[in-house]
Order: sequence, then structure tokens, then C-alpha cells
Amino acid sequence: MPNKTFFAFILPSLIAMVLFIALPIVSVVVQSLYVAHERVMVQVENCQPFGGCSTELRVDAAATAELQREQPLGRFNGLGTYFNRAHLATDELGAILSSDRSFDQKVAQIFNLPFYKALIFTLVYCFVVTPLAMALGFAIALAVNALPKVTKGPIIFFSLLPMIITPLIGSLILYWMLSPNGILGATIQHIFNDPTLSLRASPVLTWTALLVYGVWTNGPFSFVVFYAGLQTVPADTLESAMIDGASRWERIRYVIIPHLAPLATFVALVQLMDNFRVFEPIVGFSAEANATSLSYLIYNDLSGDAQQFGSAGATSVITIIGVVILLMPVLIRTWREFKLKAV
Amino acid sequence: MSDAVAQKRPLALNAIIYGFIVLWVILAAVPFFWTVWGSFKVEADFFSRESWWNAIFGTSTTRQTGNAFTGAGYYGAWVLRDFWRAAGNTIIVTVCVTVISLTLGTLGGYALARSGRNYAFWILIAALVFRAMPHITLVSGYLLPFFQLNIWGVLPTSIIVLVAINQPFTLWMLHSFFLSIPKDLDESAMVDGCTRFQAFRLVIMPVMWPGVVTTGLFSFLLGYNDFAVTAMLLSAENQTMVPKISSFLGSIQETGNVMYAVAAVVSATVPLFILVLFFQRQIVSGLTAGAVKG
Repeated sequence: MPNKTFFAFILPSLIAMVLFIALPIVSVVVQSLYVAHERVMVQVENCQPFGGCSTELRVDAAATAELQREQPLGRFNGLGTYFNRAHLATDELGAILSSDRSFDQKVAQIFNLPFYKALIFTLVYCFVVTPLAMALGFAIALAVNALPKVTKGPIIFFSLLPMIITPLIGSLILYWMLSPNGILGATIQHIFNDPTLSLRASPVLTWTALLVYGVWTNGPFSFVVFYAGLQTVPADTLESAMIDGASRWERIRYVIIPHLAPLATFVALVQLMDNFRVFEPIVGFSAEANATSLSYLIYNDLSGDAQQFGSAGATSVITIIGVVILLMPVLIRTWREFKLKAV
Repeated sequence: MSDAVAQKRPLALNAIIYGFIVLWVILAAVPFFWTVWGSFKVEADFFSRESWWNAIFGTSTTRQTGNAFTGAGYYGAWVLRDFWRAAGNTIIVTVCVTVISLTLGTLGGYALARSGRNYAFWILIAALVFRAMPHITLVSGYLLPFFQLNIWGVLPTSIIVLVAINQPFTLWMLHSFFLSIPKDLDESAMVDGCTRFQAFRLVIMPVMWPGVVTTGLFSFLLGYNDFAVTAMLLSAENQTMVPKISSFLGSIQETGNVMYAVAAVVSATVPLFILVLFFQRQIVSGLTAGAVKG
């Protein structure tokens, strides 16, 4: 296809991506280097009938607004935002690590730094939910594959629901069931015989609930992909394995799993990418007191009356770096394959 | 794994398989049915302090309304809290996002599939990286420029943003569908005197419909399920259903109208339910098409 035709075809799509994906990334980087203006202060003399006069500092709202209008980005701050307490918190982290407290206390203190609290949860969510969801999906795929044909359709239908559901809505549905007056929440209180146990009060329960939600909503994707993969397992290999006396488990271990391995890498990557941006469940479960994620931090900075663009920008840049690190293996592999093809 | 194998399966294994599947279907489906059922009750039943049997029999609902089922939650959400407006906005946003995404995506995906050059490869790789960007990080880049340009808060802005965010995925998917259509088809059309665009429109598109429908479903889902973009970029009166539900939560939990939110959630789930019901096969094939081509 000649260059000119190619670009004529792809141009609209390319413009959309450059304008609304590439440029915002630049805009985020620029924003992260600025912080909000300091408020303009004026000295005001304040006289009372009997107290005499005193001078005090007041915020000059008009001048602040004027400054804000002239320079909407705020004032230049360099990399300052990246290292302050709300982000990488290098000073605080150094102080905590060099202090002579016990390991538990150090962990608890690090957990009080908002960025690390979010980072730890995001990583735990990523690396716990992804393997568990894949294991669940694989188990369902194996089981469904063994069922008679008529039952497969309805089972696939119900299995798709947790995946297709709007994340915020799915987490709300589980949240209501888990609330102390909901069916699951009340049952949990009954089992542990603790009437005060609730999502709000217990960080452990909140984390468990979020992870369970993650597995519930991610499992079906692995299931569908693995189930499709199972249909392509060569029957000859399975048969010869059986003739050689391989047990059921050995057939799964030595024929089916190696056959599905490339699919599994693909699923793992897609799910890691998606789980890294975990966000809606934290809003849905109102979990921000016990668990936050990087995406939630950004959302939190941007919503509310005082929007902190600099802070949101810094967290965004760090998140984007995280995504690129996660993607590195794929990028390197694709690059190698491309070089091989070119040679 | 044919039926011959199935017959040789020991009874215990069969029991495990069936037990596991039943358990999974319960886990997957019951939360939805429970919430749908509960949305027709009053709050004292759905969030019952005494026993969850109340939610099944509707004890308090009967006491308060005289009937075991009530539509009060739906009335509150749709009529009193203007959920109908949010539903209308959702229809506008999802339809526009799907149509525009597919138009841009088919053109671009076709070009990528038929060009063997280096830059096509690099565009695909860039799309892969863009696909991985968390949406909220991009949103934090939009807000300030959109405030400056005074285009914040209106539906067209959100539509364009969602289309752009959706492009990487659409391009990848349609590109792999176009690859499965033999090159000879459009080449012979061009030999017969079609221009490239005519070959694309008159020869390739008619055989592409299954791929377009599948990709369209996923574009629809992206627009419909989005929270990050629509919550941050739409003003209160232009909100779509999902941010509307989240704005319900804060205001409603104080006034004791949680059932409005429950009813709204059920209302927003119904279209997804219908979608899976009718397009199950396309959704499954779409998920696996992405997997095979990676």
C-alpha cells in the first residue's frame, strides 16, 4: 500500500490518539512540575471600638484569582512535588528506615505515607488477583470442557456476567451484600461471632473483599480464553499420552498446560495491565480509609473543590512509569521478533 | 475431550466437576439476582438488621406498603432524582462512541493490516502502550486544558475523549480481523478498476461485518462502563448513568434512600444482561480473537 493511501486511511485515528492520548501525557508531565500559587497576602489594619488597632495578614482573594487567571498552571516547582510527603516522601522514608524501631512499626509508619499505602495495595492487588483469577479461570475451563454440550451455553452466559458488568456497579453490588446489614456481611459477623466486624472497621476484611472482587471479575476472562484454547489441544497428542498410560492429572500437566502456556502469558499481561489501574472498586467499596490505589490517589487529587493538578500530575507520571515497567517484557519480546522478521 | 473420555470418568471426579461448576455459577449469578430481587423491597428488608429472610419474604415491605414488592426505589431514582436524564446521556454517549470508534477504527485497522511497512508496526506498538495507560492519568492531563478552552462538562468532549481512548484497542482488534481476510480479494477488485477506497468499502466491508459487530460490542462496553472519564469530564447535569450512581451514593446515604441507588444499579445492569444474552457468541469470539493474535 503506498504511503499516501496508508496515511489517508489512518489519519483520523492517528489524530485522535495524538491529541487525546499522547498530548495529555505531555500535559501531565508539565503539570507535575508546577504547584498551585501561594495565596496573595495583604496586611490589613483591623480596628475595634475598644480593643485598639491590630494588623493582620489576610488573603487577597481578588489578587489570587488574578494571578491564577494569568498563570493557570501555578508556579514552577521543579521535581519538588515528586519528593514531598504526599508522593515519594524521600525524607520521611529515610527517617523511618534509619530509626531504631521494630520492623512492624516501620511498616506501619510507611503505611501512613499516602503514596506507599496506595502503591503497596496496587501491587498486592495486581500480583494476587492476576494468578488467582487465572487459576480460577483455568479450573472453570477444564470443568466446563468436561460437561455435556447442552449445559455449556447457559454456564458461559452466567460466567460472562461478572466480567461484563460495569466495575463500579459490580463492586457496589458486592459492597451492599457485604455491608453489616447485608446478607454476606451479617453472615460473616455471625461466623466470627463479632458484631462489630465490618468493612469500615476492619482493614483485613476490606482488603480481602477487594481481592475477592478482583478474582470474581477477572476470572471469566481467563476462563473464556483458556476454554477456547482447550478446543485447540491436539486430540492425537492427548490420545497418545493416554496410550502411554498418562493419568488425567499427567495429561493436564504435560499436554494441556504446555499447550496453553502462550495464551497464559497473554492473559497474564492483559490482566496485570488492567489490574494495575484498579480504581472503581475502591470507590464502590468506599475503601479509601483502609486501601487506596495509585489511580484513586489521582482521582482524589482531581475531585473536590481544590483540584491539585501538580500533585495529580506527579502521581500520574509515576503511574505511567510503572505501566511502562510492567510492559517492558512484551515490548522487548515484540522488538526481538520484529528484528528477526526484518533480518 | 470427546464423550468417549467422559464416560470413563470416575464418579467422584464427576461429582467434583459438577459441584465446582454449580458453586461457580452461584458465585457468578447470585449477586445479580439477589440485588434485582432486593431492589423491589424497602431498605429495612434489603439491609435487614434482623435476618436476611426478611429480604426474601419482604416482611417490612408488606408492613410499609401493603404488598411484598414495591417500585418505590425505581420511582425515586428515575422520577425524583432524574435518572432518566442520565440514561438519555448514556445512550447518546455510547451510541456516538461506538459509531465514531468503528468508523475511525475500520479505516485505520484496514490500513495497518494491508501495509507491511515499519511505521505500521510502530503505530501498533504505540497503540499497545497507549492501551495500557490508566484512564485516570490521561484525565488528569485533560482537565486543565479543557478548563482553559472552555469545553469542559459537555457531552461531545467526553465522546471524543472516549473515542480516542478506545482507538488503540479498536485498531488492534480490527487489524487482526482484517488480516484474516485474504489480500487477493481487494487486489482483484483493484485490478478490476476500483480505487483503494472503493475496494475497501464495496468488497472488504461486506465480509467484515462479523468483525465490526464484535469490535463494536467492546467499544459499546467501554463507553458504557467508563467511570473515570465521565465522572471527571461531565458537569452534574450532563452526567451519564455510572457517575450519576456514584453521585447518588454520597447524597442518598445521608437521607436514607439507599434503595434509589440500588434501583439505579439494577436499571443500569439490565442493558448489559440483554447484551450478553444476544451477543454471547460474539463476545466470546472477540475475547479469543484478541488472545490468539495478541
